[in-house]
Amino acid sequence: MDAKEIIAARVAREFKNGDFVNLGIGLPTKAVGYMSKEISINLHSENGFAGVWDSATPETLDKDVVDAGGANVVLQEGGMFFDSVTSFEIIRGGHLDMTVLGALEVDEEGNLANWKIPGKLLPGMGGAMDLVNGSKKVIISMLHTAKGNPKILKKCTLPLTGKAVVDMIITELGVFEFRNGKLFLTELMSNVTLEDIKKVTPASYEVDLNLKEEV
Amino acid sequence: MEKKISINEIGSFLQDGMTISIGGFMGCGNAHNIIDEILKTDVKDLTLIATDTARDGYGIGKLIDQRRVKKLYASHIGTNKQTQAQVIEGFIELELVPQGTLAERIRAAAAGLGGVLTQTGLGTEVQEGKEIIHIDGKDYILEKPIHIDVAFIKAYKSDKSGNLIYNGATRNFNVPMAGAAKISIAEVEEIVENGELNPNFIHTPFVYINHVIKA
Repeated sequence: MDAKEIIAARVAREFKNGDFVNLGIGLPTKAVGYMSKEISINLHSENGFAGVWDSATPETLDKDVVDAGGANVVLQEGGMFFDSVTSFEIIRGGHLDMTVLGALEVDEEGNLANWKIPGKLLPGMGGAMDLVNGSKKVIISMLHTAKGNPKILKKCTLPLTGKAVVDMIITELGVFEFRNGKLFLTELMSNVTLEDIKKVTPASYEVDLNLKEEV
Repeated sequence: MEKKISINEIGSFLQDGMTISIGGFMGCGNAHNIIDEILKTDVKDLTLIATDTARDGYGIGKLIDQRRVKKLYASHIGTNKQTQAQVIEGFIELELVPQGTLAERIRAAAAGLGGVLTQTGLGTEVQEGKEIIHIDGKDYILEKPIHIDVAFIKAYKSDKSGNLIYNGATRNFNVPMAGAAKISIAEVEEIVENGELNPNFIHTPFVYINHVIKA
């Protein structure tokens, strides 16, 4: 598996039967494909629907149904549509079990930066600031480094998306968890050593490896 | 009261420097025909409220391409390079608003509220210059209502009274915007007789809608 597949497969193991989850565009969304067949979850799309959906085919395409990334999808039976006020009541009111998002930077205090690189890139926060404040659990899924530069830092350098909001970080090298505001390295991916992680992780963290089977 | 008007009357509602809003998400649920009609006028210096600016040459993106927007309130402009370029160049004054906060600020205007209190954006640039209110041991940002002069709504069907129903994921920001504007104009695919829409399943009540256009 390549790095992104390793991450997506590990994210999928965080889903519990019946969870209600919002997944960021890209890598987080890939996790659904690695979910155990015994588990079923419902998803939330912040532009206004919830349930389970598939990619649209030429036969099923409805121009009025796109996911939060703009791709045409088809909602399965049992799902429903709503407006943006309801959508963000769901997000901000604590009704989501989990959100999985990407990041530009995360730091040892659980701060997240993923919406702006001053002077360079100005995508905006979209629903990310709402998601990190409202979801019961916030998981960051990302490559451990960007072009060789670490992303798990002592302190974020970019404008924050949320302060002390991250619960878990999943990268191709390992899994980190925040416990009472402190960062712990809790899993290593296959063939990764503590030293490998240390070299590319400036953040301070303690090691408390779970005795789980490796992915 | 007759609410049906012709699309070529759109120009009579527009003034330079006014505040308009357009519902939709990445172009899905934009009032596309009204946008094309706006571009036939020479209106400029608009303040635009929209969750995003779709993409270059599509939906709201067309208003950006032709430099009709001077001030923009949006949550996400990452899919439109032209918008980012005009912001960096200094032509567009941009206020990025978290998507849930944008929905609530619009709803606050519709509901006659003085503002909303939210934790979204705490500890980020979003809280700069805003009042922080402490309630029961927690901090909240006071976010003020966004009032709109004219809202352009896209719905599926209207009846003669102006009750609206939407299709799929197009409800998004159309629903809150309809109530937050002095004048709301809906572009619909079909106008039916009163009685043909089930009053149990109306998404936008007739009272919010001033004019309806079949396009």
